[in-house]
Amino acid sequence: MAAPASTLTIDLVARFPGIVTAETRPNFAGFIVEKDALVEVATAIRDEFGFDLLTAVTGVDYHPENKMEVVYHAYKTTGGPGLVFRVQVPRVDPVEVPSLIEVYPSADLQEREAWDLLGIKFTGHPDLRRILMWEGYEGHPLRKDWQEPFYEEDFKPFKSRWPDGKHVSAEDKTPLKDNLKFPQDFDPEKWIPDEADKLLYSSLERYTVKSEDGMSTDRIVVNMGPQHPSTHGVFRAAITLDGETIAGLKPVVGYLHRNHDKIGERNTYLQNMPFTDRLDYFNSMSNNLGYAIAVEKLMKIQVAERAEYIRVIMAELSRVQNHLVFVGMLLNDLGAMYTPALYAFEERELILDIFEEVSGARMMCNYLRFGGVVRDIQPTAMQKIKNLVFDRLQAKTDEMERFLSENEVLVSRLKGVRVVDAETAIKFGVTGPVLRAAGVPYDLRRADPYSVYDRFDFDVCTRQNGDMMDNYLIRIDEIRQSLRILEQAIKQIPEGPINSQKPAYQVRVPAGEAYGRIESPKGELAFYLVSNGKPNPWRYHVRPASFVNITCLEQMCIGTKIADFVALLGMLDIVMGELDR
Amino acid sequence: MDNEKLSLPQYDIPDDIQNAVAITTLDRLYNWGRRSSVWPLMFGLACCAIEMIAAQASRYDMARFGMEVMRPTPRQADLMLVSGTVTKKMVPALVRLYNQMPEPKYVVAMGACASGGGPFKEGYNVVAGIDKFLPVDVYIPGCPPTPQALIAGMIKLQEKIDKESIRKVSWYNKKNKGDANYVPVPILGPDLIDPRRNAEIKSTYAAKATQESA
Repeated sequence: MAAPASTLTIDLVARFPGIVTAETRPNFAGFIVEKDALVEVATAIRDEFGFDLLTAVTGVDYHPENKMEVVYHAYKTTGGPGLVFRVQVPRVDPVEVPSLIEVYPSADLQEREAWDLLGIKFTGHPDLRRILMWEGYEGHPLRKDWQEPFYEEDFKPFKSRWPDGKHVSAEDKTPLKDNLKFPQDFDPEKWIPDEADKLLYSSLERYTVKSEDGMSTDRIVVNMGPQHPSTHGVFRAAITLDGETIAGLKPVVGYLHRNHDKIGERNTYLQNMPFTDRLDYFNSMSNNLGYAIAVEKLMKIQVAERAEYIRVIMAELSRVQNHLVFVGMLLNDLGAMYTPALYAFEERELILDIFEEVSGARMMCNYLRFGGVVRDIQPTAMQKIKNLVFDRLQAKTDEMERFLSENEVLVSRLKGVRVVDAETAIKFGVTGPVLRAAGVPYDLRRADPYSVYDRFDFDVCTRQNGDMMDNYLIRIDEIRQSLRILEQAIKQIPEGPINSQKPAYQVRVPAGEAYGRIESPKGELAFYLVSNGKPNPWRYHVRPASFVNITCLEQMCIGTKIADFVALLGMLDIVMGELDR
Repeated sequence: MDNEKLSLPQYDIPDDIQNAVAITTLDRLYNWGRRSSVWPLMFGLACCAIEMIAAQASRYDMARFGMEVMRPTPRQADLMLVSGTVTKKMVPALVRLYNQMPEPKYVVAMGACASGGGPFKEGYNVVAGIDKFLPVDVYIPGCPPTPQALIAGMIKLQEKIDKESIRKVSWYNKKNKGDANYVPVPILGPDLIDPRRNAEIKSTYAAKATQESA
């Protein structure tokens, strides 16, 4: 695997002397930017150096050094290595950093997340509300001095879990015998709970306009979700409607916020592997791959040759089933209830059978290890994969296309309905099939190759119109390309060991940072890790594709009809486990 | 319960009308009808929801048990399948949905998270089991439970329905006036406030403060 590409070919220090300094900590890359000049430097990074895609914004709490850091990862949509720049501020409340939303609108939701979880105030952000937790929640959970109600120790494995007969359940340690913590002298009867929605609706108020002749048009706010059959889980959107047309939209997320980052920072590196399964629960193999790549970057180890091929096979199989289910669910959203989804689930079951045979679990595979995979593919499983790839999936994809792609009802529903154009998509950090359907050939398997994808012959699918039809067709195209990769990988897979490392409960990870990213079926999935040499990560951040992609949702929906909102949301192919973490 | 068990054999039915008449108790008929048409609320929380869909799909086919009619509105649903991690942010909506469901209603906690918090139990936003708020009828283990496990859980629920008696069920009891199972909706405060525990919360945190000052 390629080492994190050197970013020092870009001399930001010479361009901004005195403002930008090069990062000097070992195993850290990039530049440190003075807080006050951040917007200016970021503008230059975008316009002069061409890093048009800001993929990740996250904070790190360096509690012992009494400082906070905001890390930005910028990439070029033409491919190549990225640029890391960061701002360091003293850890004194209020921790303030200028917002980059004007330069990179893709920072919007991610800055809100950093505010919510780390308490970093982004000055100039127009709508800095909590996003994953609710307004009014006490504390910023990812700060290192913040402890959850069930806090035991900083790092796992907890001593109470050792079987010496003195096990204490977590409930017994808290005053309320529950996962609850309140401030001192708190009186629940005096609490006024309506604050959160008031703030949300006030952020939508800018859409209430009065016409010049004094007529005020009545606009209504409609809440879709969190329980709604077409929002793919517990997604909620507060939509302002002008008649039937969408005038404004705010995504409200966090209904499945399972505290992935906080739990991940208590876990050892290996313990996090099963948790990554539960991010994007359609594609646990891809999640495993992204996390393994990030940790392997930190550990600087090679992956066993055979394991690389197994990983590619598993990742592509999971892409095939994801896109099949996408098509089925899309048709569900459009009103063709169940039947297309049943076709998709038929193939999905066969792919899950393979996952079950190699890993032991249908959905939560927990299959990859650092340096390889946990167990080899048995010949029977390999035969199943061959049967599927060479004999079945191709025909089934053709069948799906035959049924759907020229179906008159579907075409008239999808064709010409705008999703997003290339420029807006890049601005708002959209990645994955949605970006490619808008005509940008940005696929990490080519743009920033990982694993052994550089050895395979496949095309980066693009479509030109960026309408719903293209978004649907590109999924079918990608299934075909995945099958091409699978055919080559099955033919080329070498014999040999499946892990370059010895099996171990704990891995040694040197201090440093790593940003491991992959092209997951939904877009760029990345893991940002900071290690301080201990068995547990100091910072464990997931940059999920779904979460950043919905930054663009409002842009996509304004001006369209409410009936299309469901389809547009379906196009983004969000999955709540990943979106809320 | 199959059709043979539905009728009671101790009554003699004349041979010529045996195909036309069945004798049974009202309880059995009533339960047989209800257990064969349990309509779940169409509502997925997390990973388990995907296995719930898989159980509805052709290979496992929950329609065999009369459970394929997923209703997106709580007003038409009999069963709440809590399929995934219940977060504090979500639980008010969940309780509200439960209150809107008409009697008779059942709750199945599907998977480790809904049963007791699962792998995410220690998380600050996670409710360690939906049974802290709603009365759960069946717990299904697994992370996520396979479709087979889900179906086994549903069969357990059917067994539970079989044992009910129309004379004793709470929803025909006049004393209850229809709100026997009403659960107060939790409130999102500095942390999740369960209105049933207001006094406890107040005394716990007030007592702590006086101890520290003393």
